[in-house]
Amino acid sequence: MPAVCIYFQVHQPIRLRRFSVFDINRDHSYEDGAANRQIIDKVAEKCYLPSNELMLELIERHQGAFRIAFCLSGVLMDQLERHRSDVLDSFKRLADTGAVEFLDETYYHSLAFLISPREFKEQILLHRKRIKALFGQEPVTFRNTELIYNDEIAKTVEQMGYQAILAEGADRILGWRSPNFLYRPAGCETLKLLLRNYRLSDDVAFRFGNAKWPEYPLMADKYAHWIHQNLAADVINLFVDYETFGEHQWQETGIFEFLRRLPEEILKHPDFRFQTPAEAARNYDAAAALSVPDHLSWADAERDLTAWLGNGMQKDGFRSLREMEKAARRCRDASTMHQWRLLQTSDHFYYMCTKWFADGTVHKYFNPYASPYDAYINYMNILDDFSGCLKERAQGKQKSARNRQNDKEDLHP
Amino acid sequence: MRVLMFGWEFPPHVSGGLGTACFGLTRALTALGHEICFVLPRLKGEGLTSHVELIPASEIPVPAGSTESPLSGFPEAAADPDDPYKGLQLRLINSILRPYLTEHQYEALLYGQDPSLFDDEGAEHETKQGYRILDIPGDYGPNLIAEVLRYAVVAGVIAESQDFDVIHCHDWMTVFAGIHAKRISGRPLVLQIHATEYDRSGENINRNVYDIERYGMSSADRIIAVSHYTKRIVVERYGIAPERVSVVHNAVTRSEARQAMQIGKDHEKKIVLFLGRITFQKGPDYFVEAAAKVLDIVPGVTFIMAGAGDMTTRMIERVAELGIGRHFHFTGFLQGAEIERIFSMSDVYVMPSVSEPFGISPLEAMMYDVPVIISRQSGVSEILKHALKVDFWDIDEMVNKIVALLKFSALGDEMVERSREELRNIRWEQAAEKVVDLYNQLLP
Repeated sequence: MPAVCIYFQVHQPIRLRRFSVFDINRDHSYEDGAANRQIIDKVAEKCYLPSNELMLELIERHQGAFRIAFCLSGVLMDQLERHRSDVLDSFKRLADTGAVEFLDETYYHSLAFLISPREFKEQILLHRKRIKALFGQEPVTFRNTELIYNDEIAKTVEQMGYQAILAEGADRILGWRSPNFLYRPAGCETLKLLLRNYRLSDDVAFRFGNAKWPEYPLMADKYAHWIHQNLAADVINLFVDYETFGEHQWQETGIFEFLRRLPEEILKHPDFRFQTPAEAARNYDAAAALSVPDHLSWADAERDLTAWLGNGMQKDGFRSLREMEKAARRCRDASTMHQWRLLQTSDHFYYMCTKWFADGTVHKYFNPYASPYDAYINYMNILDDFSGCLKERAQGKQKSARNRQNDKEDLHP
Repeated sequence: MRVLMFGWEFPPHVSGGLGTACFGLTRALTALGHEICFVLPRLKGEGLTSHVELIPASEIPVPAGSTESPLSGFPEAAADPDDPYKGLQLRLINSILRPYLTEHQYEALLYGQDPSLFDDEGAEHETKQGYRILDIPGDYGPNLIAEVLRYAVVAGVIAESQDFDVIHCHDWMTVFAGIHAKRISGRPLVLQIHATEYDRSGENINRNVYDIERYGMSSADRIIAVSHYTKRIVVERYGIAPERVSVVHNAVTRSEARQAMQIGKDHEKKIVLFLGRITFQKGPDYFVEAAAKVLDIVPGVTFIMAGAGDMTTRMIERVAELGIGRHFHFTGFLQGAEIERIFSMSDVYVMPSVSEPFGISPLEAMMYDVPVIISRQSGVSEILKHALKVDFWDIDEMVNKIVALLKFSALGDEMVERSREELRNIRWEQAAEKVVDLYNQLLP
């Protein structure tokens, strides 16, 4: 009995403000408060609120037969809590239905797995704590930033107690195999791997509103028919950005109507049902072991790390950031750690990507910079300032430690 | 196709981008199999071996009798009260025109050493009986308008004797020549605008030059602008219908001598370069102000200002005033191998132009693997992705970008690598194909 597993990535980065060379050592605030506020408002109105309302309606109408999963990044939850508690409340209502699973990721939607194992785990634990506090769930499924995955990451995640992990069902790792089964990550004992069916997922995420696409306009019954062709499947994984609804695909394309009809069309076939990732991992066995030594992601045609760490600027920025770990930790100060981690958010590196810049097509969505060069200059100026702060704070610590020492000596002459 | 082209300069003797652009475009046109007869004020050793037939206007004998004046039809004589040119008076001799003054001419003017400043005598010489030779030095001298008119007289003579399909003229100096040739031959006229009076002078335009430009634009069958930026000026400031203006971007000619000239950069001593006429249009003052601020942040950088122009003295004084003379060098006007050398030595190229119709020199800098910062008020910024862009007046942002290039080597490295790909797609062949397409639209 095949299951359809729908999962939505919900993330908005905290964008950095314009930071010029003249701001270095003068102004230590890095966030673009106005832009972030404006974008979160826009996405809330166009996507989060109407989509959540629709999900709630569908779950109620199908009495729990329609089930979905979300992964909200920590930086998104922070922004919602600060500015849009109405959106956060609607996510809580969804959690209360019992038909919605919340996944874990790195709190800052970061590339922390490349910083250090310790940093990676700490950010996951931060996220876990937050989900528990907001939605009362203890996540058992992990999804790394932008579906970035390899054997190493899977092993770490299994050790942390997760039962399932998501990744891209790329041809280069699957070969002749199908993404519609669970796999066992190489080197893991219990963890199960769910692979995104990129054809069916991208029909909705990318092609839906494209009038030149031969299948345009895509109706729910036709799409359900395609899904019903996979009778031999265990799990059909449809993983998309939540912003697909109302942002990437505007309301005018009919995307909400499509979504409204989709569950009933899929459930028309008695053999098909909806499951969340954790349920699928419990109910189905791994079909085979699968080894993914190199990094895999869902970005661009390459589906690797080059969207974030492909060129010299990205590598240089990331190297500088990573080298600050020791100094940042030495400050033993929550706000310093928070600032350093904000700079880890993958979007900052995505904006520096020059791969598709000449075409000007991809990497543009909500991109605050006119060019990848501007993104890099801005980021490096901030890093420069932050590194100065770290030094200052370290000296401050030493001084106060010395003072304490002196005080003691004064007391015991 | 055979093209009669009127230009004011041609390599190796060029004062700016005009000659460079004429060279690149004509070479690509001839490569496509078209013939070009290129009329210049006079020859100074140009094109001893050239892809075009160069005709020096100052060597063509003109019949002494009453040739039709190239000014007939110029709006001065218009009787129609609705004529837009009504009331125009062209002060031919006494206007001190200096749209492109060279350093030498500027000095001559400054110290009152130029004997021909207001003097139009000796402008023609009798040759064999009934013929005369007109004096057209083509140096952008002070009585340029008189020269421009003499050039047009010769254009009429050439148009009578030559066989061609289309006339193509470049900038206002050749407007009378182009129109005169069109009147005599009946062939269609294309006027290519490389720069307008607004680019050269801001709001303080020379009215005579403006009127000649507008006369040319309204008389030509089609106008080529070197950028959308320039097209906008032609449409908005000269009142030309947008559908009569086609945009053909310039390109860059690959220099074969380049490899031999490559000089390694000095990694210890960073050089930031300005190269261009030191005039209002090129924004040299913004470069100087930026230099002082950069030196506050990154000491030990060297700034070079290469070029000449009527703002040189003021710039030297400002540099002294800012106390950065030790780090700031003026090279004077550079040519050929010197330009290649200076590009090869530089770490950053800045083009802070106030108004730049196109701007070929950033492309040349990129050929030497120099990362470039260009003003957004330029045509070239429309086609370059892998350049840093600033508003010319935003000195702090210019400083931000110069410092970033000096401090973060990954930035320049990435730009240079991507620029190589980008330059491969900026070719004169593409420009020439567009121009030929336009010629064909005009032919019966």
